[in-house]
Amino acid sequence: MNEARQADESARTTGLLAAARLDGVSKLYGGFAALRKVTVEFAAGSSTVVLGENGAGKSTLLRMIAGLIAPTRGAVHVFGDEPRWQRRRMAYMSHEAMLYDELTAMENLRYFARLHGGCVCGAPEQALRAVGLDPALTRPVGQYSQGMRQRAALARALQTDPELLLLDEPFSNLDVDSAKHMVELLMEFRTRPVSTAAAEQGARGRTIILTTHQAHLAEPLAETTLTMRAGTILSVSDAAREGER
Amino acid sequence: MSYFGHVFTHLRKDLQLEWRSRDSVVGMLFFALLVVIIFSLAFDPTAAVSRQIAGGILWVALLFASFTALNQSWTREQRNRVLDAQRMSPSPASALFLGKALANLIFVSFVELVLAPFFLIFYNLHALGQGWMLAVVMPLGTWALVCNGTFFAAMSLRTRYREVLLPLIMVPISLPALLGMMQATTAILTGESDPGIWIRLLVAYNIAFTTVCLLLFETVLSAE
Amino acid sequence: MRRSRIYSTVGLVWLVLTLAAIAHGTRLALVVAPTEATMGNVQRIFYYHVPTSMLSLLFPYVNFVASAFYLGCRRRDPMRALTADAVAIAAAEVTVVYSSISLLTGMLWGRAAWGIWWTWDARLTSMLLLWLLYVSYLMLRKLSATGQTQTLAAVLSVFAAIDVPIVFMSIRWWRTQHPAPVFFGGPDTGIDPSMMPAFVWNIVGWAMWGVFLLVFRYALERRRQEREQEAALKSIEGTLEIAQ
Repeated sequence: MNEARQADESARTTGLLAAARLDGVSKLYGGFAALRKVTVEFAAGSSTVVLGENGAGKSTLLRMIAGLIAPTRGAVHVFGDEPRWQRRRMAYMSHEAMLYDELTAMENLRYFARLHGGCVCGAPEQALRAVGLDPALTRPVGQYSQGMRQRAALARALQTDPELLLLDEPFSNLDVDSAKHMVELLMEFRTRPVSTAAAEQGARGRTIILTTHQAHLAEPLAETTLTMRAGTILSVSDAAREGER
Repeated sequence: MSYFGHVFTHLRKDLQLEWRSRDSVVGMLFFALLVVIIFSLAFDPTAAVSRQIAGGILWVALLFASFTALNQSWTREQRNRVLDAQRMSPSPASALFLGKALANLIFVSFVELVLAPFFLIFYNLHALGQGWMLAVVMPLGTWALVCNGTFFAAMSLRTRYREVLLPLIMVPISLPALLGMMQATTAILTGESDPGIWIRLLVAYNIAFTTVCLLLFETVLSAE
Repeated sequence: MRRSRIYSTVGLVWLVLTLAAIAHGTRLALVVAPTEATMGNVQRIFYYHVPTSMLSLLFPYVNFVASAFYLGCRRRDPMRALTADAVAIAAAEVTVVYSSISLLTGMLWGRAAWGIWWTWDARLTSMLLLWLLYVSYLMLRKLSATGQTQTLAAVLSVFAAIDVPIVFMSIRWWRTQHPAPVFFGGPDTGIDPSMMPAFVWNIVGWAMWGVFLLVFRYALERRRQEREQEAALKSIEGTLEIAQ
């Protein structure tokens, strides 16, 4: 226990604290194992693409990091802490919009910004503009096209300025052009500097974990590629190292 | 932001959603009206009999009608998986519950206000007891219904046969409150007995269960 | 292995003692105890009705304590929490069985004593509501999705525990028609000393039977949980063969 804390402490001072870490994590639904003894670490400031077929456990992995489901065995840490205490520093987006159909994009974003606490301070407008939506749109989200919905969903995730961004199949309802546009937005997001408070806590930059079954679309984000199958991690490959070889 | 700030944010959002769609209030209103009419046809009561049975009929109609709205109020959160975003947000879970329960209180109270004139006409009613006490009994009884109802609707959210399960678990728990509101209303309408004891029962019930709901909501929301 | 043998031996001895106690109680109730003056032989239902009623008010406490324990330690110690959950489900089922028996024997008594099968009197209604509460608890367990059953059931059990005193008070205010409590009801209550042995032996016998049912059901549930865990463990361990 103490050793682990010391390790965390030294990691924090050297700036190597993992954004998310899973230690021997298994998740069971009745007799079905969605994850089996997964041990993996996502370094702060890294960008990872998780590949795998449907049912490989990608979503479970991501939802577990988000703190939406608890592991049956093993431990999950986000920034060295339990996920539910670090909600402020992360954001989660799935292939479903996670927005109310009856409200406009702006109303949705304002609502979630308020729940996030503190002042709303123009963040929703900025986030909407950044994804190329007009904050003044009066149509409710239910009448948006698929591409617009996904962009609004991305704006909701980005508006709280997260250090750890979790994306679960963000392209699954999008055509190739919209998906490429979204990847560009994400690349731009990565380069944004973290706030000073976060930097003091050892944040080295923004961490992205993205799951998809369309590997070619996410290529620019694939610094590291994890391949999953049947609840385990089959391989981890590092784009930089591959290039050296 | 303060706790009540969060509650208010949730409440405003729920009112806004209902204002845009209007489906649960309209559904509830029509359903309650149908129940009132059916009972009237079934019993064809005289004025004296009406007073005896009206309290019961009123609350049965509201109970059945509120099931539809209670289920609906969480279905909204589940559409597009907004509930995941709610669970990820750092605001307290019980604020989400309280906001929604208050919104449901407003919806059901609105239905009561609209329904009241029809009810008085169809059953040819005027209170022989102290009519103003209905202004105490109705909100107390409605809160007893919607507070536990909102909680149990959240509990049955991720179960099979959700629509069936809600009444199955809600009615047995709510029976003392139902008894209290029916008896109090009947006592006021007939003027034969004192509704005081039933009002006290409702107050005690509401305090006890509102506390438990607030304390246990986080557990229910994160059960997966 | 040895421990399980000890458990089954203890269980068997307990069962034999229970059956002996029930047999003795039955003999006392049906043969030895005097025939009651006004009601005749029908009064003998009393020896079964009162013990099961009393016991069906006891098992909900077991359910509540186990559920509260489950909620308290489900995060810190999931394995012990599962044990508590097994106790909770066993207690709920025994509650339903005993309150059903209490209701049925009560109806037989009512038919003979009052000439009606059922009346909406305070105690009958309260018992019926208790039965409804625990049936709805079992329904929830049956209908909820795997993984959250235990938590939701435990939450409902807490609600039921708070509801029970409110139910009893409200029904008491509502009406009272049941004969005043036979015991501790005042100076004129209590039964004839000659009826006491039959009564006491039946309480002992049926309490032992209830405990036997509870432990037996608990052991069954534990076995089911263990088998589920084994299957899960196997599916976790089986990873590598499947993956390659």
